[in-house]
Amino acid sequence: MRRRWDRIWLVAKREFQDQFRDWRIIVPMFMLVSLFPFVADVTTRQAIGFMNRFGGELILNRVIPFVVLVIGFFPLSFTLIVALESFVGEKERGTIEPLLSSPLEDREMYLGKLLVGVITPLLFSYGSIILYLLLLARRAVEFPSAYMMTLILLLTFAHAVLMVSAAIVISVQATTIRAANLLASFVVVPVAFLLQGETMLIFWGNESVLIYAVLGLTVLSGLFIRLGLAHFKREYLLGREIDALDIKSIWRVFSRRVIGDANSIVEWYTVEIAAALRQLRRPLLVVIGIAAFTILASYLYVVVYVPTYVDVTPARVQELRIYIADNLGNLDVLDENIPAPWVFFTNVRATLAFLFAGLISFSTLGVTLFIVNMALIGGVLGGASLIHYSPLVVFASAILPHGAFELTAIFLATASVLKMGAELVTPQTDKSLGDVFLLALADWFRVFIGLVVPLLAIAAVIEVYVTPQIIKMAFPYL
Amino acid sequence: MIETNDLSKQYNNEFWAVDGVTLNVQPGQILALLGQNGAGKTTTVRMLTALLSPTRGWARVGGYDVTKHPQEVRSSVGVLTEQHGLYMRMSGEEYLEYFGKLYGLDPQNRKARGDYLMEYFGLAEAASRRSGEYSKGMKQKLALARALMHDPSVLLLDEPTSAMDPESAQLVRSEIARLRSSKRTIIICTHNLAEAEALSDQIAIIYRGKILLNGTLEELKRSVLGPIEYEARFAHDYDPGELDLPRGVALADRSATSLRFRVEAPQEANPKLLRALASRNAPLVSFHEVPKKLEHVYLKTMAEAQGVTYAA
Repeated sequence: MRRRWDRIWLVAKREFQDQFRDWRIIVPMFMLVSLFPFVADVTTRQAIGFMNRFGGELILNRVIPFVVLVIGFFPLSFTLIVALESFVGEKERGTIEPLLSSPLEDREMYLGKLLVGVITPLLFSYGSIILYLLLLARRAVEFPSAYMMTLILLLTFAHAVLMVSAAIVISVQATTIRAANLLASFVVVPVAFLLQGETMLIFWGNESVLIYAVLGLTVLSGLFIRLGLAHFKREYLLGREIDALDIKSIWRVFSRRVIGDANSIVEWYTVEIAAALRQLRRPLLVVIGIAAFTILASYLYVVVYVPTYVDVTPARVQELRIYIADNLGNLDVLDENIPAPWVFFTNVRATLAFLFAGLISFSTLGVTLFIVNMALIGGVLGGASLIHYSPLVVFASAILPHGAFELTAIFLATASVLKMGAELVTPQTDKSLGDVFLLALADWFRVFIGLVVPLLAIAAVIEVYVTPQIIKMAFPYL
Repeated sequence: MIETNDLSKQYNNEFWAVDGVTLNVQPGQILALLGQNGAGKTTTVRMLTALLSPTRGWARVGGYDVTKHPQEVRSSVGVLTEQHGLYMRMSGEEYLEYFGKLYGLDPQNRKARGDYLMEYFGLAEAASRRSGEYSKGMKQKLALARALMHDPSVLLLDEPTSAMDPESAQLVRSEIARLRSSKRTIIICTHNLAEAEALSDQIAIIYRGKILLNGTLEELKRSVLGPIEYEARFAHDYDPGELDLPRGVALADRSATSLRFRVEAPQEANPKLLRALASRNAPLVSFHEVPKKLEHVYLKTMAEAQGVTYAA
């Protein structure tokens, strides 16, 4: 273990020294680190002046943590270049081959690059933050709480690890520095969005939620590191020379995977879709487990905690039951208000949202959206229980008829997204990251087009035309 | 030692960069791998360094299988890549120190070995200078020193003198010649035929991933260009008429003042041939072997591989 760490540090240290001997990195960074806090200090002074004149102390309290967050982010985005060119730069300069020919293990080389990629930006970020805080200490302003400062420093750390781990994945996969730099926007833009979200949390004073942002970013960074390690192969660093997008080849691989060896639609369903379902067995079990747990947890949360927030007196229950009866009274004309095609397209859109959210987060955000949906079901059943409807009858009459199809479709779609994320972060010796991604996407599409879409179509028809009748039968007094 | 059998590498399931290469290089031997750009030399070296995994076949380097024991292979091999691959902001001594650490040398050994190699390659005075300031020849020598830092039993040198000026190339060549030792196995990839001829014990010609020829220089010359030729030069125009040539000797070419003979077994046939010429009162001035260069072997082999006629 000690020996491995020594080698990781050896790789990191060399690169670290190299950076600090390169004036093209050092000079701009020192300028940014030393000037930006002064600019931010001037801005803060203006803000203080403005607030003192026109009021708004609350905003002032939020401005300082926000500025600290931004000051920490700027050096990160600049030093990302170092991580982006960590492997591809060595490849272009021809220094990678002696390194790859050494007895260093893949993991040691990768983690060494990651380490220096994280340390450098953090040094500059924290340096910048400290300088700003020192400047701020001269003024009579209230410092952010220790908890808030810890959260912001943790967020900066999480941003650094996330950006660098993603940049190193790009660096390994890219064939030129130019290509890597062009791909940098795929790292900077999402993190900039995250920063906006975090800013909103700071301004709303939701410190308790910020810790979840830190945890979420940590999970995502861990997955990126895992992805990078899983697909780091010496061979790919030397074997590929061009970045040409071979659409024909991509289409050939994709369609071959979707269609398989089937010669007819019947054969496709009996052979290919059956095989796809077998592949989904384990992720499906995980998804069903998550669904059961979430529905139960959400149900219990509503039943136990909602009465502490909302007054659930008999009069209030009666009021709510009347309200529901009034609103569900026109079930006969449901298809006029909510047509089946609308329901179908909404559900298709939701499953596509699971996919896109999953694609940018190794399936974690896709599964999160699924959890939110399951939590809604549990919440509705809990709510029904609170106003003295049987949750089982509500489930059997209002959810199960179309849910048998819709939930199955959503479970399958989510399991496919989960499988995709798992495959991306699993080492596969004979395939490149691009191959793995393409095949995983084809597997998802096969399940989507072969099962999810037909099931959602059936579910939409049942939801609009059958479920209302069953609800009426179950609750004749509505 | 290096052994390969049917060693092959396919890219993108389409293109065979190396196709069925079988080699056997014993300790103390230098093999020159000759071929055009893109012939598969570098891919072969990369497979022998366990950087690329073979699609088919196997290779054992320094006693280790490249697929099963890649770490051990990399530990026992010194590689000089086509580009020197130096870190330009590191000094020569720092660079060797760094690679010494990567190869797990202990501090004492590292220092001693680094100093020895810097001295050996005549870089001692420039040891503390950044390698970015070195001349091309010095850079290549430092790269060679890096490859030797862990005293490997196998050396793989990919285009060691490419893009170098003649003086620097000669320097590097003489260093390689000095490295020939009883225990070291060396492969040099090059398209410099003179270099191959000067340095190697064994030569393999590779074309489109396949080995076309493999053997000692003499074996290649004989198999490609035929038996050795000897030329007799005369003081003035001379017509020997019907010469009674000994067995195993054939007249290959003639001019007014010279005759060229193709001789199967020179030790036995040449004295008889000289006696035959003397008996005809030939005004003989000189009798010598016609030099045949590796260049002819190479160009003829390539021409045949490409299906064109070779004009010497």
